Formats: sequence, C-alpha cells, structure tokens
Amino acid sequence: MNKIFAKQSIVVPIVSIFLGLMFGAIVMLAGGYNPITAYNALVSEIFSSRYNIGETIANITPLILTGLAVAFAFRTGLFNIGVEGQLIVGMTAATIVGIEFGYLPWFVHMPLSVIAAALAGGLWGGLAGYLKASRGVNEVITTIMLNFIALYLGNYLIKAFYLEPGTARSYKIEDSASLRTDWMTNLFDGARVDLGLIIALIAVIAFYIILWKTKQGFELRAVGLNHHAAKNAGINVNSNVVKAMFISGMLAGLAGATRSLGLFDAQTIAAAYTGLGFDGIAVALLGGNGAIGIVLAATLFGSLKFGGGGMNYVEGVPNEIINVVIASVIFFVAANGIFKLIIKPFKAKRKQKGAAS
Amino acid sequence: MKKFLLTLSALMLVFSVVLAGCGQAEDEEDMNDTNGSGDMEEDATEENKGASDISFGMVTDVGGVDDKSFNQSAWEGLNKLEADLGTAEPKYLQSDSDADYIPHLNKMIKDKDLTWGIGFNMADAIIETAERNPDAKLAIIDNEIKDIPNIVSVTFSENEGAYLVGVVAGLTTNTNKIGFVGGVDIPVIKNFELGFLEGVKAVNPEAEVEKNYTGAFDKADLGKNAAATMFDSGVDIIFHAAGGTGNGVFTEAKERKANGQDVWVIGVDKDQSIEFGNEVTLTSMIKKVDEAVYQVSADLVEGKYEGGSHIVLGLKENGVGLPEENPNITDEILAQVEEYKEKIVSGEITVPSAYE
Amino acid sequence: MSNYVVEMLNITKKFPGIVANDNINLKLKKGEIHALLGENGAGKSTLMNILFGLYQPTEGEIRINGKKEIINNANRAIELGIGMVHQHFKLVEPFTVTENIILGSEPTTGGSINYKKAVKQVEEISNQYGLQVDPHAKIENISVGMQQRVEIIKTLYRGADILIFDEPTAVLTPQEIDELLDIMRNLVAQGKSIILITHKLKEIMAICDMVTIIRRGKGIGSIATKDASPEILAEKMVGRQVSFEREKEKAQPKGPILKLNNVSMKNEKNVNVLNNISFEVKAGEVLGIAGVDGNGQSELIQAISGLRKINGGQITINNHDITNKNPRKIAESGVAHIPEDRHKHGLVLDFMMTENMVLKSYYKKPFNKNGFLDYKAVDEYAKKLIEQFDVRTPTIYDKARSLSGGNQQKGIIAREINLQPELLIAAQPTRGLDVGAIEFIHSQLIEERNKDKAVLLISYELEEILQVSDRILVIYEGQIIGEVYPEETNDKELGLMMAGKKLTKEG
Repeated sequence: MNKIFAKQSIVVPIVSIFLGLMFGAIVMLAGGYNPITAYNALVSEIFSSRYNIGETIANITPLILTGLAVAFAFRTGLFNIGVEGQLIVGMTAATIVGIEFGYLPWFVHMPLSVIAAALAGGLWGGLAGYLKASRGVNEVITTIMLNFIALYLGNYLIKAFYLEPGTARSYKIEDSASLRTDWMTNLFDGARVDLGLIIALIAVIAFYIILWKTKQGFELRAVGLNHHAAKNAGINVNSNVVKAMFISGMLAGLAGATRSLGLFDAQTIAAAYTGLGFDGIAVALLGGNGAIGIVLAATLFGSLKFGGGGMNYVEGVPNEIINVVIASVIFFVAANGIFKLIIKPFKAKRKQKGAAS
Repeated sequence: MKKFLLTLSALMLVFSVVLAGCGQAEDEEDMNDTNGSGDMEEDATEENKGASDISFGMVTDVGGVDDKSFNQSAWEGLNKLEADLGTAEPKYLQSDSDADYIPHLNKMIKDKDLTWGIGFNMADAIIETAERNPDAKLAIIDNEIKDIPNIVSVTFSENEGAYLVGVVAGLTTNTNKIGFVGGVDIPVIKNFELGFLEGVKAVNPEAEVEKNYTGAFDKADLGKNAAATMFDSGVDIIFHAAGGTGNGVFTEAKERKANGQDVWVIGVDKDQSIEFGNEVTLTSMIKKVDEAVYQVSADLVEGKYEGGSHIVLGLKENGVGLPEENPNITDEILAQVEEYKEKIVSGEITVPSAYE
Repeated sequence: MSNYVVEMLNITKKFPGIVANDNINLKLKKGEIHALLGENGAGKSTLMNILFGLYQPTEGEIRINGKKEIINNANRAIELGIGMVHQHFKLVEPFTVTENIILGSEPTTGGSINYKKAVKQVEEISNQYGLQVDPHAKIENISVGMQQRVEIIKTLYRGADILIFDEPTAVLTPQEIDELLDIMRNLVAQGKSIILITHKLKEIMAICDMVTIIRRGKGIGSIATKDASPEILAEKMVGRQVSFEREKEKAQPKGPILKLNNVSMKNEKNVNVLNNISFEVKAGEVLGIAGVDGNGQSELIQAISGLRKINGGQITINNHDITNKNPRKIAESGVAHIPEDRHKHGLVLDFMMTENMVLKSYYKKPFNKNGFLDYKAVDEYAKKLIEQFDVRTPTIYDKARSLSGGNQQKGIIAREINLQPELLIAAQPTRGLDVGAIEFIHSQLIEERNKDKAVLLISYELEEILQVSDRILVIYEGQIIGEVYPEETNDKELGLMMAGKKLTKEG
C-alpha cells in the first residue's frame, strides 16, 4: 500500500505536467499554431546545446533563491510578498559595493558584494518582520509597500550616484566583484552560468540545515505551525518573526546579487519589478516549501520560461500564448488535487473489480 | 559622416527604386537623393538573385511587434524587405525582461545574417553578443555603439522632429497647457522631450509643458492615467514618446473627445492617425525606424554592410518628421513648420540634444 | 422484514498499517437512542464516517431500512436520511443561523434565494422539536450550545431520520447538556433514531436504550442500558476494571512553592478579570480551583505561566519573584504547565511526537549542541517518555495530529512532568478524555503530589476537583471567594459557591 503511495507521488506530477501541456496544445491549436513543432522547439530549446542548458540554468538560479526566500517565511507562518523588494534592495547593495571597492582583491570583493546584498535584503525583510513583531502590522501589507519603496529607491540611488552617462544603467561593476568565471562560462559555451548557481545550491543546503537541524530552525518551525504553543513553550515568537523575515530577505537579497553581479554586471533603471519575487511564491508553493521541492519547482518553472522562447522562435507562438502554456502546466501541477479527483472514480472501479474477483 | 551620407544616399536609391515598383514611391520621394538611379537598379537586380538566402531577425525590448509604434515599425521594415527584395522570412523574438536580451540575440545570430536589437536598452546585450561572436552581424536602433566591427548603430535626431511637433502644439493649444508623456527616462526619450520643449517655446513662450515619465514602454494603463491627470489639469495637447504605453494616452483622449472635451494627442514613431484615427491624432512625430531597418538590411543584401558605422537620421536625412497628410493642422501652421524645418536643416537653428 | 433502520454488519476498515474497525456490528432500531461507546481512538469516528459515506468499508455491508446500500459519499447518506452533527461544528461564522442551515440546499424562487421561506422553514423545525434558535442571529454571536442546535436543525432541514451525534456534550456546559438530552428525547419521541458517539457513561445511562462498545477497533458487543451499569460499561470499554474512586493518602503539605500576592489583571476593556487574588500552593498538595468557565481561571493560568502580564501584585516560586517574567524564565524556575487547550497551547500538531516531547527543553543539553539539535538524543528521549507514559502512537515520528486526544494529553503530561517542576499547573487536564485516560492522568497528578511537588488543578468539572484536590479554592468573577476541603464539602455546596454564594459557616 505504501509503495503505491510513493509511486503515485512521482506519477501525479508527471501526469499533471502532461495534462498542462495538453491544455496548452489546445490553446495553441485554437490560435492556429502547431503544438507539436512548438513543444519540440520547447524541449530542444532547453536541452539542445550546452549553451541552452546553461541559459536554462541561468533562468532557474534566481528562482531557487526567491523560492527559498518565500518558503522560509512560510515555514514560520509568514507570507513574504516582499521578496521582490528585498531582491531589488539586495541587487542595489551588490551593485554599489561591486562598483565602489574595486581596489580589493576578488576573493574579498566578490564575497563582500554578495554579503552586502544578503544583508541589505535581510534588513529590508527584517523591517517588515519588526513591524509585525512590535506593532502587529500584517507583513503582507508592509512587504507590498516595501516593494514599491525598494523599486524606486533602487532606481533613485543608481540614477543619482551611479548612472553611467548616456545609458539607463549603473556603471559596470568591477571584475573583481563579478560572479562570472571563465571556466563556467566556457563549460556552457558562453551561457550566463556563474557562481550564482553555487550560491543558490549552498542556499538550498543552508535552508535545509537551518530549518531541520538547528535549534533556531526548530523554533522557527514551531512558531510557524502553532505560535500559541510555541509561546507557551517559552519560545520568543516576536524575535522569531523578525529572524525569519531577516533570513527570508537574505535569500531574496542573494537572488538580487546574482543579477547585478552575474547576469548583468550592472544595474538597469528598472521600469517594473523583475517578477522573480512573485514567481518565487509559485515556486515555493509548487515545491511544498521544501528544499528539494523548491529546486524541482524552480527547474520546471525556469525551464519552461526559457524554453518558451524557442516556441516563439520556431513556431512563432506569441509570448502571450506561451505564458498561457506555462501557466497551465504550473496550474495542473499545483492543482494535482484536481487530477486526483479525476482518477478517483477509476481507482474505485478498479477496487470494486478487485473485490469482485 | 560623409561616408555615411554616401552610403545612405546609395541605399535610398535602391530603396526608392524598389518601392517605385510597388507603387508606394510617393511616400518615399523625399528620401530620394538626386543621384542618378540607372546603374543602381542593375545592382539591385543582381543582388536579388541570392536574396532569398539572406535572412533577418530582430529582438525587441519588452514591447511586442504589435505595439503600434516603435517595434511594429521596425518589424514592418523587415517585412517590407521580404516583400520587396524577396529575402527569407524574417523572425522576431520579444523579450519578457532584460534578462532575455542575450539569449534571444544568441538564438537569432545562429541562423540569421543580420540581427537587429530594437531599442536603446539593448546596447550592453548587443555588445556582449557581438564580441562573443565576431562572425555575427548585428545592428541596433537608438543607441550608438562605437568601435565594434560587427555592429551598425542607427540613431535618430528625435529632437529635431520633436521640435516641429512642438511648434504645432505651441501654435494649436487653446489652454496654453501642453503635456509630454515619456516612456522611460533614457537619453532617447529625453531627446524627444528637449526638442519638443524647444519647439513649443519657439512659437509660444507662454505655454507650459507638463512632463510625466511613466517608467515603462509597455503599460497602456500607466499612459492612460498620466493622460487623465494632464487633461484634468487643463492640458489640451499631449505628445507621447512612450511606445505601447502611449496607446493609453490615445484611449483617454478618445474618451474625453467623446465627452466633448477638446483634446489632442501627438503620436510617435509612426503616423498614429492610421491606428487611432484623425479625431484625436493631431499629428505624429514619425521616426522612420522601418526605413532605417530596411536600409541597413538592404545594404547587407547589397553586400555593403559596414560594421562599426553609426548612422544618424535627422530632418535633413528625412529620418524624422511629420506625416504627409495633416488634416488637423491649418495651412498657416504647416507653413510655419516648414519654415522651422528649413532653419534646422540649414543649421540656422540648432536643437539641443540629449546625446551631447 | 427487520425493524432496524440501520444495520452495519461485520464492518472492517483497514488503513495503511492499521485496522481501524475490525468486524463491528451495530444495529439501530427506529426511535431508539443507541450509544456508540469506546475510548478515544477506538474507531468510533471511523465507523460513523463509514455510515456517513466519507469512508468505504473494506469489508462488511450496510443496510438502511433493511435494504443493502452502498454509501459512497455524504450526499448519498443524506439522501438515505442520515444526518451527522459533528463535534467540531461546520458553520460559517459571519453567516446567520438561517443562512447556515440552508447552505447548499437553498430554497429558491426564480434563481434567487427565498430567504423568507427559509426562515419560515427553520422556525417550523425549531418549534416542532423544541430547538429554540434565533434564525436571524449570526453564528459568531451565539453560544456553543446554540450553534449545536443549528447543526441539528441543519440535518433535520435536509430530512434526516437517523441522526449521528459525535461527542455532542464535550463542548457544552452542564446546563446545556441537560437541554441537549431533552432535545434528543424529543427527537426520538417524534420518530427519529439517534446514534450517540460518546465515552461519557453518565449520559449513556441517562438517555440511551442500547450501547454498542468498541475497544481498539474491535466490536465488543451490544448491551441494553437497563442491563448495564457504569462499571460494566467502563470495563467493557477499557478492557479492565476501572475505579471511579481516586485512592490517595492524606496529603502531607510542606512549605509553600507558589505564592500569589494581591494579583490583579485587566482585560482590553480595562475591566479587572483578576481581582486581588492571593493564595499559595504548598509542596505535596493538590490545590484545586473550582469555578464556572469564564470566571478568571484562564487568566490566572496565563498570569502564573507568564503568557499575560498582570497589572498589580506579585507572584513568587520558592520566593523567587516571577512576576511578569517571560514564559521561559518562569518555566526554568520550576513551573510546568498542562494547558487548557492542548491543541492550541500544548502541542504543535504538525510536529512529530519526538519534536513535541522536547518543545520545552530543545534548547538545553543534550539536545542542543552549539546551536544544532541532536535529533538522536531527541529521539531517544522521546522514545523513553512515550514508553514510560504509554502514549499510543504508531511510531514516535508520527505527527501529534494523528494521535487521539487522550494520547496527545498523555504526551503533554509526560513532557511536563519530565521537566522536574516544583509546580505543576494542570488546566482542564481531562477535558474530552475517556475514563481510562482520566484515571491515568489523575493518578499522575497525585503521584506528583506524593513526590512533594505542588500541583495546581484548574477544572470546570466538580467531580474532578473533588476527587483529586487536597484543598479547594472557589473562583468567582476574578476573585477567590472561598476555601474548602473536599472531605468537608459536597458538590451541592461547591455548586452554590461557584454561583457566587459566599460560604456561611453553619457549624
């Protein structure tokens, strides 16, 4: 019996992905596009070359970090919608440190820039945590507002102090702060895979260890699952709320660092959010707020996002329809409860047959 | 510069000849230089033989090729090329965010002979791609990239064209309040703004110009909000340089017009009266992105792609300007516009630029 | 033709790794109140969920009015006239009584809900069965007893003839219990049939005609109430003789452990909920606090355990001031606490039992090693406690949620007693538990007393207070209004004091 359950847990998401793709195919057919060529393009876009695999990884990396950030707060019973803002603040800090301290050797400068990003993101998240702990202000509201502030503050700082004339971005960060390495770039044929990937993987391990191996993690989870009982057991709920938001913000800040220190080596004056923070919510939920789940969810999400470009290129499917396809896959995976509902009658029938024979 | 002009004029010739064949020459007549066209025609036909093997691609910024403005114009240029010269079917890729530029460009250069980056923001990505792939040929609109042998840069003197629509706005306004809605505060858009302000000031020093940078090129809702605020404060003409965001400006103006408010919009990049109708479109500051794309691409077909060059298209080159038909502008005003145009072309007036 | 409305024959239900129901028979006659008796976790709820269509039996068959039926969902059960009054109400708080009752089967005219008609129907039902409710009141504004009536009307509204009551008295006050029993009598008088899930022997004896007993998933059999006694039923349920008397030697109180000196606390509305409370609990005694729910008992516990700040007075443990210290400081000065609401305050339900066992000591050695938790040490410790206190859980790694109430409570008691406290606060320690568990918990409290610990027992159940305490204080409207000794008083006198009558010594 247990075996069947274990088997189901793999089968269900795979069938869900399939159903999502089927639905996407219907949408594409309705739009007059050939779904077979399109999906072919999607798959080949993800796997066909070292470069493409690399770019897929580059898409996955920040999603792992923002997914972890959202999940970490979730585990403490907090809904951090502010990952986006914490990411921007982290990115801005990384950019500034990356530009400023060019005289440092790389093995000091690069980690320093990354740490600056984590701290800045952490403080930004911790601020919402503090407001919740001390004033009882709902973190959903504060983090949404802090997102706006982060976006425009970041833009302002870059515009006022670090704008490279004639461009809409900051000066480039010093090479000594860059996360890019020749060996990784060459390994993936010029794709933008960089040390950000390593940072993300370390973060996954840290996420797991903090939550499930440390005293701090025990407290955070206890608060998240039942803050009354936690308080009764002598755990300081308020300080854990602040800590959780701080660590969540740090993870978001790291995601920011991978952008300005890796993907772009500068910070653009952004007209809008990156969207990564919000995708992180989906990744965290899809991944069940667990370390491995988040890696898998981010991989699914990131691969579809990158591979979607191939559908546009080869079959001319417009971005809007590609987004519908991606969304329907995510939807079916997330809503595998629906799927279970569909197969339930079949299972019941089978059981009856089994009983009869 | 001289070299460039030479190239350009040669190009225009080819262009006009082909267009003449399609019966659209009228539009493009201004582009014609006075050079003889006989021997050029031969060249063109020769090149046409291999044209079907030559393919073009473009990568847009976050706006799509249906933005009714900038990207659409570029895309039309490539499509016209296919129609006229029989080049292979062009392709485009739309970016969801700035992170997409490089992978999209990389995808394009793999099987396209020339890849366009449409927009100021793509410079870094174009440079990185060009340097990594020295054999690929690239081109960018709206940003000048120096000293890279496989990039052609095309910029426009938006300030000059904007100056002329500024003149129109300054002379047309009843409330002496004029609005400017910009997309993102980047040098290209700043260039629109500077020229526009200058043009208004030249003919109507009394008029105030309200400015609003919405921060996006693809958010019609922001454009609508910005327009609503301006119209409420008494503005009666808005000039937008905001791509898809500007669509919202038109929507708002149409609603106002339907309610009897006397408001106008000055369009951008294309003759937007075609899309949004003459009842709200006062005129448009046309930026002939389509032609720039067409010309440089056709150049490649000709075997004359000149990497590292920078092409500037201003009033003189007819790269910017007002549409042919301006039913909403009085002849007197049009005459004044013509006057100012001549002064700018002759160098009598120098319009301040955001690029300097 | 049988005269049974429900026949559940040889029902077996297997879950992965566990047989929840093993060959159980239950036959309900029309117009009968039939008790389903069993300890917590014995399988009563599973059996009823099978009848209500939420589970499918692995083996066995169900007959309704003599006809074999396959009930594969709750809608089918409702069609067959089965209605369930859940222990945890399934009501929408901001909706009115009527809205809740009609929810899901609204009377409509032309697509919109005919609210007037609904109200009329609700009133008809409530008059017919003596279920007085205000159809326009919002659920959040009515008492628990009223909410239960709404649940009952809900089933009647859907045409139920067979009503299943799941532990209906667990949430009610004594007066409400009496009212409920009247309602049930009324229902059977009008032809309904009732299955009453309970482990309260007194109620069974008072109202039921038949009892079916389940022990650890197995059907023990059915017996007519007139042939039974509480002792017989308890023995059948638990599987051994159960004593209703607490055997204990006379207390030998030593010096005071806990001292409260003029403790006052105000609530959000600035009203005193604790008013100049002073008392002490000595080592080696069980001090019982008797009182009707809501007279300041919860606040008193919160004050002592540090969950809420007091506005005046002083609290000391062994002469250490713990006034308004944080809960951890207070725990460390020797206070253990079995909370009133074990789900809310006692356990993290989604933690494994191992984690719950160290909820108050995880930060100490040997569990905490430089900020990392030594889960091996945690597991060993938890295993020891769980064995020692006979907490029944499939494995120590199961979530607390999956345990029965009695076993959850045993887990909490194991954890708290192992803190080696000077003072053990036990608030409503046996609420909702069956006789076996109650006996165990009471004996644990008395044992702690015998080890010269101070025990503070707060309970709304007079019987419990009288059985376990060595000394009793009565709390009324935030004040201590009397002190009595259990051997010198009775429930009548205590009842009067709890209602606010000061004791007048008559000799």
